[in-house]
Amino acid sequence: MRTRISTAYFFLAPALTAIFLFFFIPVIAAFLISFTDFDIYSLGNFSNARFIGLRNYLNLFQDPLFWQALKNTFYFVIVAGPLSIAVSLGAAMLLNSRLVKFKGIFRLTYFIPVVTTLVAVAIVWRFIYHPRFGILNYMLGFIGINPIDWLGNPDWAMPAIILMAVWKNFGYNMIIFIAGLQNIPEYLYEAAVVEGANAWQKFKNITIPMLAPTTLFVSIITMIGFFQLFAEPYVMTQGGPLNRTLSIVQYMYQEGFRWWNMGYSAAIAFILFFIIFLGTLIQFRVQKSSEI
Amino acid sequence: MIKKIYLHIFLIVSGFITLAPFIWMISASFMGDGHASVYPPRFLPDVFTLEQYHHLFLRLNVARNFFNSLFLAVTVTLISLFFNSMAGYAFAKYRFRGKNQIFNLLLSSMIIPAQVTMLPLFLMLKSIGFINTYFAIIIPGLANIFGIFLIRQYALSIPDSLIEAARIDGASDFMIYRTIILPLCLPILITLAIFTFMGTWNDFLWPLIALTDDSMYTLPVALANLMGEHTKDPELMMAGSVITIIPVLVVFLALQKYYIKGIMMSGVKG
Repeated sequence: MRTRISTAYFFLAPALTAIFLFFFIPVIAAFLISFTDFDIYSLGNFSNARFIGLRNYLNLFQDPLFWQALKNTFYFVIVAGPLSIAVSLGAAMLLNSRLVKFKGIFRLTYFIPVVTTLVAVAIVWRFIYHPRFGILNYMLGFIGINPIDWLGNPDWAMPAIILMAVWKNFGYNMIIFIAGLQNIPEYLYEAAVVEGANAWQKFKNITIPMLAPTTLFVSIITMIGFFQLFAEPYVMTQGGPLNRTLSIVQYMYQEGFRWWNMGYSAAIAFILFFIIFLGTLIQFRVQKSSEI
Repeated sequence: MIKKIYLHIFLIVSGFITLAPFIWMISASFMGDGHASVYPPRFLPDVFTLEQYHHLFLRLNVARNFFNSLFLAVTVTLISLFFNSMAGYAFAKYRFRGKNQIFNLLLSSMIIPAQVTMLPLFLMLKSIGFINTYFAIIIPGLANIFGIFLIRQYALSIPDSLIEAARIDGASDFMIYRTIILPLCLPILITLAIFTFMGTWNDFLWPLIALTDDSMYTLPVALANLMGEHTKDPELMMAGSVITIIPVLVVFLALQKYYIKGIMMSGVKG
């Protein structure tokens, strides 16, 4: 038995050592750095950093740019999250219908944006959104919509990023929803039909409750992913116009790696972590309370 | 019947809208300079040309970035597959002190966003001179919790009797891992390999931080950098996007069965 134990550690050692050294230690270090004034002068000599308590966090709460980034990121998560989940569920239900032929091909088509490189796709969309030459405004022209300066107008830039994010991501959750739908026993729907239920009642009273665990999972991973918004604004708008698309991660990146205010940047990273943690907790609570 | 036709028309139109950005991307990448900046927009090149690709490979040396991306994605995939599969196997089939505590700690730390680790990781790698080298990308990718979790879930279903039988035949623990566990886990290993390959290939923020030289950039970083100088050259940028997207698309289309199954597994189990 003793040899078993040591072989278990032999198998675990490489992965756990790597995760400990390059994940757990950095997390703890980031936490400590967030209480220091680590800046460009500390970069050459770490001992130049001084402990300053909560000052980074207190400064953040008075930093209008940070509030703007927070507001933008919440705008993105709160609109793009439910929207993309709704599109995913709709697509999954259509593809789960018995009427549909060639399900595999449709599933594959809707899924393709998920696997493609975000940076490349953001560049493509940047040109699609071009106010004069972009194909989106051209198409919208056919239904009488005047050209919109998607990425140049402060009020349209975030909706434009949201639209792209929904297009890019809905296929992923669609696949998970299809798996969830296939696990709902057919006899439930048959019984409902016997009882005279219509399509909406079946959806509300069978599909939604039976999908609840899937929906919880999907909501949590989508929320975690969307809070980390970075590449889209970095490539498409650089956070503009008027900082209206600046995201938390982008602000963290700028402070930490452009201005080398690493203490400040670490504090931003921890606030992001705290928000994601809280968001996950709330979703679990909501799920629990709706079960009763 | 009418309903069925409408449904299919809707699905086909949605499919076309989903693919439209890619169709335009490929088409514009074969246009000459300025030909994609016209009104009304062109959906097909009026004159088919490879000049954008020539520009990228001959003058901008994108081949180097392509190689960086490919080398890093393959290396990270191979190493992490090895490390993750050993750990996943140990969590599934060995009993040892602290097993559940360690496993639960790993699982719950999956909620920590990677951005938290990036500042200290940068300082660590900088102090040992690894910033702007391949090591800067490989080291944080050596192992990952999601991969360990995925393999553990799969390895749990391997019957203990198989392992016991091999042990009675005198096979060493590593032999068992190599000749029984790995072959039986092949489907999940392929799934994880695709996830890791694509994750590394598509990754942006960390390579942007850790690689500081044009010649070390991966494709997404090189592309984002190029965008800064070529905002008025959609044709060139589309060719760059095609080069970046095509490899992941090919890997995905070739192995989509495994990829889709992996997502379904993580969803149902979660």
